[in-house]
Amino acid sequence: MSMSAGEEAAKRRRVRDGWLLSAPALLLLTLAAAGPLLVVLVYSFLTPGQYGGVVWEFSTDAWVGILFTRDIFTETMQLADAHLAIFWRSVRLSLLTTLITFAVGFPTAWFIATRPPKARALWLFLITIPFWTNLLIRTFAINEVIRNEGILNSVLMAAGIIATPIQILYTDTAVLIGMAYVYLPLMVLPLFAAIDRFDMRLLEAGYDLYANRWQVLRRIVLPIVKPGIVAGSILVFVPSLGAYVTPRVLGGGKQMMIGNFIELQFGQGRNWPLGASLSMLLLLIVLAALLVYVRAAGKGGAHGQ
Amino acid sequence: MTETIAVEARNAIKAFGQGDVAVRALDDVSVQIRKGEFFTLLGPSGCGKTTLLRLIAGFETPTSGSILLDGKDITSDPPNRRPVNTVFQSYALFPHLTVAQNVSFGLQMQGRPKAEVTATTDRMLALVRLEAMAGRKTSQLSGGQQQRVALARALAPQPKVLLLDEPLSALDLKLRKEMQTELKRLQTETGITFIFVTHDQEEALTMSDRIGVMSAGKILQIGGPRDIYTRPANRFVASFIGETNFLPGTLRDGRVILASGGSIEVAATLRNAGNVTVAVRPEQVRIVPATEPDALPATITDLVYFGTDTHCHMALADGSEVVARLQSSVSGEAGLERGGRVGLRFAPGAAQVLGE
Ligand SMILES: Nc1ncnc2c1ncn2[C@@H]1O[C@H](COP(=O)(O)OP(=O)(O)OP(=O)(O)O)[C@@H](O)[C@H]1O
Ligand SMILES: [Mg+2]
Repeated sequence: MSMSAGEEAAKRRRVRDGWLLSAPALLLLTLAAAGPLLVVLVYSFLTPGQYGGVVWEFSTDAWVGILFTRDIFTETMQLADAHLAIFWRSVRLSLLTTLITFAVGFPTAWFIATRPPKARALWLFLITIPFWTNLLIRTFAINEVIRNEGILNSVLMAAGIIATPIQILYTDTAVLIGMAYVYLPLMVLPLFAAIDRFDMRLLEAGYDLYANRWQVLRRIVLPIVKPGIVAGSILVFVPSLGAYVTPRVLGGGKQMMIGNFIELQFGQGRNWPLGASLSMLLLLIVLAALLVYVRAAGKGGAHGQ
Repeated sequence: MTETIAVEARNAIKAFGQGDVAVRALDDVSVQIRKGEFFTLLGPSGCGKTTLLRLIAGFETPTSGSILLDGKDITSDPPNRRPVNTVFQSYALFPHLTVAQNVSFGLQMQGRPKAEVTATTDRMLALVRLEAMAGRKTSQLSGGQQQRVALARALAPQPKVLLLDEPLSALDLKLRKEMQTELKRLQTETGITFIFVTHDQEEALTMSDRIGVMSAGKILQIGGPRDIYTRPANRFVASFIGETNFLPGTLRDGRVILASGGSIEVAATLRNAGNVTVAVRPEQVRIVPATEPDALPATITDLVYFGTDTHCHMALADGSEVVARLQSSVSGEAGLERGGRVGLRFAPGAAQVLGE
């Protein structure tokens, strides 16, 4: 099909007008989204100021500093074990949080999706209640439950199950409990949406074709609700990785995660460029994780054999 | 003789709900389905057809009574341990699998060797003529093709009994006729016992070896298509299958004295049962000149042209209606016109006396 010259010109004009009309919105988006990011990127290549802030002097120290520290006396570079430990803890705790929320969230979402419509709305409402409470308050509530003189230990001791309080607070376990609790709804909701769309008659078709419960779950249910699993995992993993409040309150000063470490650079550490490079690193890890997930989700259907 | 019986339901009762709201979906159903036969459950919506199939498949357990397969009680076996497969009304194909993967699912779950799975799957796809579609997702198929995948999937594990719950109801008329032939062919070729559910009486009559007519949780009559059509056991069966004229009367000495006046001869073996109903199929009603002796006098109220045949509606002396089905002739029905007075006769043996 060929277009006449006039039509083509008209089309070009329409496209140009489109761009012109959306220009203000695009400009605002660029400034609001890319702008701050750009500032962070630029800062990560500058030199730290004496009392915080930056000095406008190009340097890659902040990027090198992510992995290496300079020994003040021998002037040699050494692998920054402490940094690595923090990255590793962040990734490990985030993955574990994702796993835990899935293990708890899947049965929960299944339970809700198989209730009658009225009860379903109530359960969903209950699941989302914590969302409307301040994060800090929720985290302190967990603190209250697990601290040495807290509810959990008091009950266990009163029941004679333990003699001395179990130290949970200020451990990785505490951070895990806190994050799993806080992010559980983010796992349950997309799982619920996927399970709700799942045709329960397929279960009977599976049993009819000699599959047992486990095989029906693995061969039929999980592959079909996979988009929900992927969405829930992303929604939990990404904020877990950058978590700040939960590790701060429940992990104490010692069980730092990347979020706390970044904050440290902008505060006491007075190393803004390092904080900036760490922020960029966090972003890169998140993007890499997203890429892996998206590719896994894309392969969704070919899972059957 | 138990070895010729594939499936048997013994006094199966299935109640849903408790107390006042309890529904008896199946009310003391006993039926024996023979090996290799095409057995159809026919009945109106809500009569319990699906419930009976689900009891046989194992998706429901009977409130009381038992289900036997090859003479063995399987009442408490779960569905995945019963050599029985179902073709679901909604097809219930696995959307994340290809056509071939759907068909091989049951074989894999049975743990058959890989080579056998592949070979059987190919054979099944050929049987339903879907070789070319093997690699497609089921969502990319037409309704009739999905139907055939569902069939192949259920047939692949070579079940002893295949259950089909209104498998054709979602198809349009032409495809439906095609699939009816196809189903019959598959049943003959595989020799597997088919239990087929439908509420379409024509489908039941044309396809089945035997039919069980159900109503309100009970099986009212079991028999071959001709049996059921010509010798309905009661009024419900007579009216549900085909069209029927019902004429009230009293039975005396081998004759029924009709309420409209006149009488007809019936089988002499019948006991004098007082009030009865005579059922006559429209195609068994003969229209004769009003002057013929012994004919029931009637007045033509309407003539309806259906193409191959014409329905002649008539009123008897007491106003009750009788319909006769006549083969249409090219030039129109000679001598028949609205308001015309005629006489009626019934073909010998066509009048069926019903108890209630
Ligand atoms: N799970 C259930 N809970 C409650 N009542 C049920 C249930 N399943 C079926 N029933 C009831 O049992 C009766 C028989 O249902 P069934 O599905 O067997 O009918 P059917 O003959 O298959 O009808 P249709 O032709 O409409 O499919 C109906 O009154 C139905 O409402
Ligand atoms: Mg049904």
